[in-house]
Amino acid sequence: MEKPLVISGVQHWFGEAEARKQVLYDIDLVVEKGSLTVLVGASGSGKTTLLTLAGCLRRLEAGSIRLLGQELYGASEEQLIACRRRLGFIFQAHNLHESLTAMENVRMGLEVHGVAAMRNWREACAHVLTSVGLSERLHYLPAKLSGGQKQRVAVARALIGNPEIVLADEPTAALDGESGLQVVSMLKRLGRERGTTTLMVTHDARILDRADRIVSLQDGRIIG
Amino acid sequence: MSGFLEWLLGRLPVGWLQLVHNKARFASALAGVAFANILVFMQLGFFGALMGSVALPYQQMDADVLISSSDMNTLADAGPLPRQRLYEALAVNGVADATPLYYGKLDWKQADGTIRGLDVFGIDPAKPAFRFLRDNSKVKVLTLADHALIDIGTRNVVGDVLARIERGEPYAFEAKGRTLSVDGVFRIGGGFTTDGYLIVSDQTFLRLFPQRFAGAPNHVLVKAQPGVAARDLADRLSAVLPAYDSQARPVDVVTAREQAFQSTQRPVGMVFGFGIIIGTLVGSIIVYQVLATDVADHLKEYATFKAIGYRQGFFLGIVFEEAMVLAVAGFLPGVVISVLLYRLVAKATSLPLAMTMERPFIVLFGTLLMCGLSGLVATRRLARANPADLF
Repeated sequence: MEKPLVISGVQHWFGEAEARKQVLYDIDLVVEKGSLTVLVGASGSGKTTLLTLAGCLRRLEAGSIRLLGQELYGASEEQLIACRRRLGFIFQAHNLHESLTAMENVRMGLEVHGVAAMRNWREACAHVLTSVGLSERLHYLPAKLSGGQKQRVAVARALIGNPEIVLADEPTAALDGESGLQVVSMLKRLGRERGTTTLMVTHDARILDRADRIVSLQDGRIIG
Repeated sequence: MSGFLEWLLGRLPVGWLQLVHNKARFASALAGVAFANILVFMQLGFFGALMGSVALPYQQMDADVLISSSDMNTLADAGPLPRQRLYEALAVNGVADATPLYYGKLDWKQADGTIRGLDVFGIDPAKPAFRFLRDNSKVKVLTLADHALIDIGTRNVVGDVLARIERGEPYAFEAKGRTLSVDGVFRIGGGFTTDGYLIVSDQTFLRLFPQRFAGAPNHVLVKAQPGVAARDLADRLSAVLPAYDSQARPVDVVTAREQAFQSTQRPVGMVFGFGIIIGTLVGSIIVYQVLATDVADHLKEYATFKAIGYRQGFFLGIVFEEAMVLAVAGFLPGVVISVLLYRLVAKATSLPLAMTMERPFIVLFGTLLMCGLSGLVATRRLARANPADLF
């Protein structure tokens, strides 16, 4: 059976011409289905770049990434959009829409899947928000939520569409220890129950303890 | 409103929620769109007033076809025509009647020493050339020498002179070395080239303008027999009359030709024409600025939606949704304020400035179009960007 994420020979550069700088060198990585893989490394080591490449948020310039059976190198915009819809992305900053309530923000994660997915959207959105401990805050605008609560809304938005892979960029940075662990437990449970694969960038030592695999990057290379 | 839009769009009305979230920005955006609307409405109003004031005297003519000199551009600049043409016209099949119209200009010195320019029509009192004279009891007075009727719409007349004339008090003033007695009123209304109109008999006209002579009126007004189309009659008359000195055209055609002449050949028409273009441009730029700023401010949110898997069409939809809300919500105050301004300017200038039935629809359609195009341009930046580069 094909692995959900197979990365091979990926290189990446930033900048143009003279200022062009290589940030990733010959990255090879295979992620197992249902596992929690953690990327660690100093800032500037290229871990977020790798995450955004795997999440179809950047175009692949060299190498190959097979995401859920789809080759990302040279993929069309339509293919990339189709891939993005099978992912759940949790950003470092919560990136919630300031004009939308918690429910509406989560709804945006469901609405992208079309009319069929929208049946019983209220129950679905309320359920996932409750599961991240926000049952009392369903109709709050982000401005009325704490940093940790906003991040939990963002987690709910990433999970509402039942993603096959969750990509998370320091999701627990804005969370206190307790709720950070709750989120990780949830992701691990999803891995066990639904085979949801998680690739996460984090510095959080408690999460490292619970990771199935830790991949360490340094200056754009995998060192372990 | 939110519920209605959700039903209409079949999705969360993100654009609407985004607009009302920042009330101050929404208000200023609406003010911008309303201002752009007012700008265009005013220019259209001025242009419409020019067209309307050109048409005013024609609309009152008791005629179907107008015979004028072949070099005529405007009602006022038509050269004299041999009176012979009137008799030739009367012999044409389908002509019910024909009457001459003499055209001149004189200055009316007001009590305060300022001058009003009046356009003078010399008519045959037995066959009045204007519709409003049909049941005007004062027409008979014109048969007396040096008697006149005045346009009650004449601009900026000092004191209550017009009101007194209307009540039946004759008013005398000197012009062209003669004393004219004004005994009654009619209504045409001034335009861009004249403050108002004066009607005298052909005999009085020739006394006021001794260089003119009875054998050469400026126009001949022709009435068609019942059932004869003005266009057919004009063709028949054209076939008979010599083209080197005269032309016969239906009155509405003459009106349209003078309107075209005033708007394309005369400075005032071109100024207002350019005003409409500039107003549309300025309005478009305002709308574009509003939408482009909004897109720029929400780039992070849009990038997130793009990362989730939304297509470019979704963002276009949001911006169009905003554009349509702004276009409609800005249009309403725009049209109300414009109507009030029309009244104000019409009162101050005595020009026929008024809202027409079709103008609001034209402006609303134009606003929707400009808002839509602006939205299209404003979202272009989003189209090709990597979502990761937008955070």
